[in-house]
Amino acid sequence: MTMVMDTPANRPPPGRSQYRRTVAGRSIGWLRANLFASISSTVISLLLIFGLARALIGLVRWGLWNAIWTVTGDQTGACRAIHGLGACWAVIPEKFRFILFGTYPFDQQWRPAFATLTFVALFFLSSRRSFWGRKLVLVWAGVLVLIGVLMWGGIFGLPFVSQDRWGGLPVTLILATSGLAFGFPLGIVVALGRRSRLPAIRSLCVLYVELIRGVPLISLLFMASVMFPLFLPDGVNIDKLLRAQVAFALYAGAYLAEVIRGGLQAVPLGQHDAADALGLSYWKKNGLVILPQAIGHVIPPLVNTFIAFFKDTSLVLIIGIFDLLTTAKTSIIDPAWQSFSVEVYLFVSLIYFAFCFSMSRYSRHLEAQARSR
Amino acid sequence: MTIPTPEPRQRRWRVSWSRQRISGLLWQIAVVGIAIAVVGWLWSNALHNLSARRISTGFAFLGREAGMPIADSWLAYSPKDPYIRAFIVGIVNTLRVAVIGIVLATVLGTGVGIARLSANWLLSRLAAVYVEVLRDIPLLLQLLFWYVLMQGLPAARSAWKPVDGVYLSNRGLVLPSVPIGEGNLWVIGAMAVGLMALYALRRRLIARQMADGRRRPTWPYALVLLVGWPALVSWGLGVSWSIALPELRGFNFVGGLTLAPEYFALLIALVTYTSAFIAEIVRSGIQAVDKGQWDAAKALGLHRGFVLRHIVLPQALRVIIPPMTSQYLNLTKNSSLAVAVGYQDIVSIANTTLNQTGQAIEAIALIMLVFLTISLGISLFMNWYNARIALVER
Repeated sequence: MTMVMDTPANRPPPGRSQYRRTVAGRSIGWLRANLFASISSTVISLLLIFGLARALIGLVRWGLWNAIWTVTGDQTGACRAIHGLGACWAVIPEKFRFILFGTYPFDQQWRPAFATLTFVALFFLSSRRSFWGRKLVLVWAGVLVLIGVLMWGGIFGLPFVSQDRWGGLPVTLILATSGLAFGFPLGIVVALGRRSRLPAIRSLCVLYVELIRGVPLISLLFMASVMFPLFLPDGVNIDKLLRAQVAFALYAGAYLAEVIRGGLQAVPLGQHDAADALGLSYWKKNGLVILPQAIGHVIPPLVNTFIAFFKDTSLVLIIGIFDLLTTAKTSIIDPAWQSFSVEVYLFVSLIYFAFCFSMSRYSRHLEAQARSR
Repeated sequence: MTIPTPEPRQRRWRVSWSRQRISGLLWQIAVVGIAIAVVGWLWSNALHNLSARRISTGFAFLGREAGMPIADSWLAYSPKDPYIRAFIVGIVNTLRVAVIGIVLATVLGTGVGIARLSANWLLSRLAAVYVEVLRDIPLLLQLLFWYVLMQGLPAARSAWKPVDGVYLSNRGLVLPSVPIGEGNLWVIGAMAVGLMALYALRRRLIARQMADGRRRPTWPYALVLLVGWPALVSWGLGVSWSIALPELRGFNFVGGLTLAPEYFALLIALVTYTSAFIAEIVRSGIQAVDKGQWDAAKALGLHRGFVLRHIVLPQALRVIIPPMTSQYLNLTKNSSLAVAVGYQDIVSIANTTLNQTGQAIEAIALIMLVFLTISLGISLFMNWYNARIALVER
């Protein structure tokens, strides 16, 4: 074991006092303390610096130095000539409208763009503590209606766009948000059901949660895409995107139920007794006393569940719904651009990363807040 | 509630209690009734639709010829075999990815988790970046990325060869292998017996050390039981341990062990993605151990590696095991993403079956059955392990 654990007792002494006088001295002190504290640490640092330098040089050479930024039309000959040696970033300006919005009518693409911004604003509002409460439910309902109007159109002079033309980032956001919006109430009911005194209700909830959590999401999506139509009466046909949304709501409900159940367990029994003593009914007791406390306890894990859920929406690729990942994969089917998938995947990774990273930062911020309180 | 109450009040209380009981009963009847009604309605629709579309029901199709090619299989399989055989091949393929993935992800994740706590600034930063990047990008995207990189490798002719006998090309990773015959299995069995004997012996040695405080080394016994004894069996039976080096013939490799690009990409994606989560679990587990434990061990003059291995990690394990179990379950369930790169795991084979026979309900029911069984198996094993290492309270 060459690892040195970062505990106060083991931390090497700070740089000697004579080093602290100048900037250079301070940085030498820092280097000594953090990179070259012992022989093993020095060896690790040198190896890492060597490896990092090589990787960075390779990356800069591929991504910047040898890269091609623009081509005219589909003339990708120059790009293909340097394939493997340099990146062809020209694919991004060429394809980004398709990757972001799919086959949505080109002149109407301001609508999905605006819908995406609305989603971002909704997430931002939801992260403000001052907005938590009943107000937020109204805001979410209003925003979902607004997004529906924007995407479908058909009123206010917006031409109608059917759901099979939707694609890209808005579809990813719709899947994640609507899954959460419907899965959350479902999760609350199921979490309460799992802690219910009534055995039949409790076992139904346990069955639901364990069944959904025990199988891969893909099998649920297959179910939504091929099995669900079999279960409907003749003539009733539900759109594929909507079916996937139902599957996501059921999936999110099961996972959120477990998180909320953890919160319910953290509420002291005295709270139940006090609410009972006031003569509150079951629903009033839970809605006004227990749930607000329970959900308050589990907001960081709820955010983490949402991150996982956001990433999981990419699985709709397998059942052929045009979310962000599917449009990215489709955009490089075009023969002229076929061999530049790495560039496109990197671009899409960046979008996913931006969403997930900001959420995980936020969750960590909440955890730190909870700890300091 | 044992507060003494006057007679009339008590009667009212009892009445309200039974009212509560009746309302509870009514609720249950209503919920179960609705559930049964909905399921029954869906079921009758399904029966109607299936007969209208001339789709047969039941599992009779399992005995019919599958006619589906499976490229990457450890079991003997041909498209003429029945569906049940194809399903078994799929289950083996799922387990092959899941088990190896769990082992590798645990090793890598533990390493990264410990590296994140290193006093070396560069190492801990790098580990943090690794965790952050891998956690915040969808696994499916990472899988497609690895697969594309795999396809971009040179052709078999100009394969990249880091060491003799190891080739990396767009045909996958080819490694030297040892052909396993009956004799080899005997030797492996002998080694397993040796391992069990060593385990029993070690417990006795520790018990004796507890009694008299004298330390007895285990390694000479290990040498005899794990090396000497199998070697003796091997020599006695005259078993050959030839190494088969892969060889390039035409456009492909012959001999050796080939990890197909689909399998290799899936394995890398699952291992790296899950290891990022495991790293976080290991880090928080180690940090959950009281700092005083480090100080106390240091005061006793113990070596740092020794402290980590024998004092901190065993205590951290108690915090680590439950979330680790859910990561193992996640990895197993995520292995179903194989269908996106064309590795034929159980989900992919069930999906093909579904397309060929139209029997969606049966195919999906089989997927669920397989995963529920695997999940249950992992949960039971981890619960057993957790109970074994749990803190023995006084």
